Amino acid sequence: MIEVRDLKKNFGSHTILDGVSFRVETGESTVIIGRSGGGKSVLLKHLIGLLCPDAGEVLIDGEEICGLNERQLLRVRKKFGMLFQGAALFDSLTVAENVGFALQREGKPAEEIKRKVTEMLDMVELSGSEDKKPSELSGGMRKRVGLARAIIYQPQIVLYDEPTTGLDPVVSDSIDQLILRVRDRLKVTTVVVTHDMRSARRVGQKIMMLHNGKIYVTGTPEEIFNSTDPVVHRFVNGISVPKEHYF
Amino acid sequence: MNFFANRIVAEWLEGLGRLALLSKEAISSLFTFKASARDFIYQLYYIGVKSQSVVLVTGAFTGMVLCAQTYFQFHKVKMDTATLAVVSVSMCSELGPVLTALMVTARVGASMAAELGTMKVTEQIDALRTLATHPVDYLVVPRLLASIASLPLLTAESIMVGIISGYLVGVYLLGIDPAYSYYNMIRYTGGADVVIGIIKAFIFGGIIAIIGCYKGMTCGEGAEGVGRATTEAVVYASITILITNFFLTLTLTELLRYL
Repeated sequence: MIEVRDLKKNFGSHTILDGVSFRVETGESTVIIGRSGGGKSVLLKHLIGLLCPDAGEVLIDGEEICGLNERQLLRVRKKFGMLFQGAALFDSLTVAENVGFALQREGKPAEEIKRKVTEMLDMVELSGSEDKKPSELSGGMRKRVGLARAIIYQPQIVLYDEPTTGLDPVVSDSIDQLILRVRDRLKVTTVVVTHDMRSARRVGQKIMMLHNGKIYVTGTPEEIFNSTDPVVHRFVNGISVPKEHYF
Repeated sequence: MNFFANRIVAEWLEGLGRLALLSKEAISSLFTFKASARDFIYQLYYIGVKSQSVVLVTGAFTGMVLCAQTYFQFHKVKMDTATLAVVSVSMCSELGPVLTALMVTARVGASMAAELGTMKVTEQIDALRTLATHPVDYLVVPRLLASIASLPLLTAESIMVGIISGYLVGVYLLGIDPAYSYYNMIRYTGGADVVIGIIKAFIFGGIIAIIGCYKGMTCGEGAEGVGRATTEAVVYASITILITNFFLTLTLTELLRYL
């Protein structure tokens, strides 16, 4: 279970998170939506202790993680898997070495690592790519490898940072299907950060909208997509405010 | 003006503090054996084996020019046969370790900062952390270990090549008497000179790795951030080596006076 209480974060004089509070129950699939640069990724990084808040608390299974040092956080992070926006594959390693990285660091036997890597690559439909380097993969393939790497050690919580950004609609759909497959097969708690509304509707059981540094609204996909609130309505339907000049 | 001066001092002190914390973390991690042997061996190959050509050329030409210049001055006072003694002592305790460290800084320190900097801007260091791996254990410790193991060996190689090159230039090009030169060289080069050089190399190895890794892991965003981190790694490590060398010379000479 993830609980965030009154989380605040500033970068210089710019306030990114201004008192964010929410709760994600075990096994739940939650999507956080919001405008680009609105602090979604920053919020996600707080959940796994990659960033430290200026104020507020993040509790993972009841344990406050903000006061923990880097070594203590490693224990907490074993509960997590995270897919980064750009996949963040280790470019000096092959696909198989990337996927098996966590197991190799744990000192698992080579045979077991090989078996699990094959199993995970099969799950993300990338069998036969073991010896490729990340530079040889397309954007969608990189995200699949990133996901395989994040779930190989069977985490309890999987975080996805913009999993479909930069991908074509067909590949985006396949990534969404994969997120659902991982959720259902591994029974993990899922938190997805995205501004892709199609993806949010498909993978979210609960959607939260981050707006002006706060959770503006929380609801089921139906509630969010049928909302009459002008801010929510404009965002989910992609309607800009006339007075905002982007160009 | 005062505000900017305070800010610069505060940033400098903060950086120094972070560097000290990274060093502490790396040294404590050294003793927990969390670094992978495979990574250590790869770094040993990259830092030690691949730096040899640069170090050998530097050592050889330094020995040669030092011999020639010393001879030109000593010849005026008829002290030709003391030339190789000067070359030997200088190479062992000063030029060998310092020039080797500076060359390795340019080659390896820059590469460490660029590699780790790129990993930082592409979120690979964050990915390491999410995979419950401490970046210091995985990235810094193998480089630090390899650097402090390689530098003394590279320095010894550089010293040896420098002295041999100096001997060849002195004896075969400048016509110095080989027997007396060799006798003086052995007579005036003490064990302490060699030990000082090796101890310095060991410390310089640590400086190169720690500053290179620190600059990479704390680099700014984008290509500009990586470029700046690389430049700063080379500049700061080189300056630190030169300053540390002065104090090490004073301290070690005093400590090893009776060796």
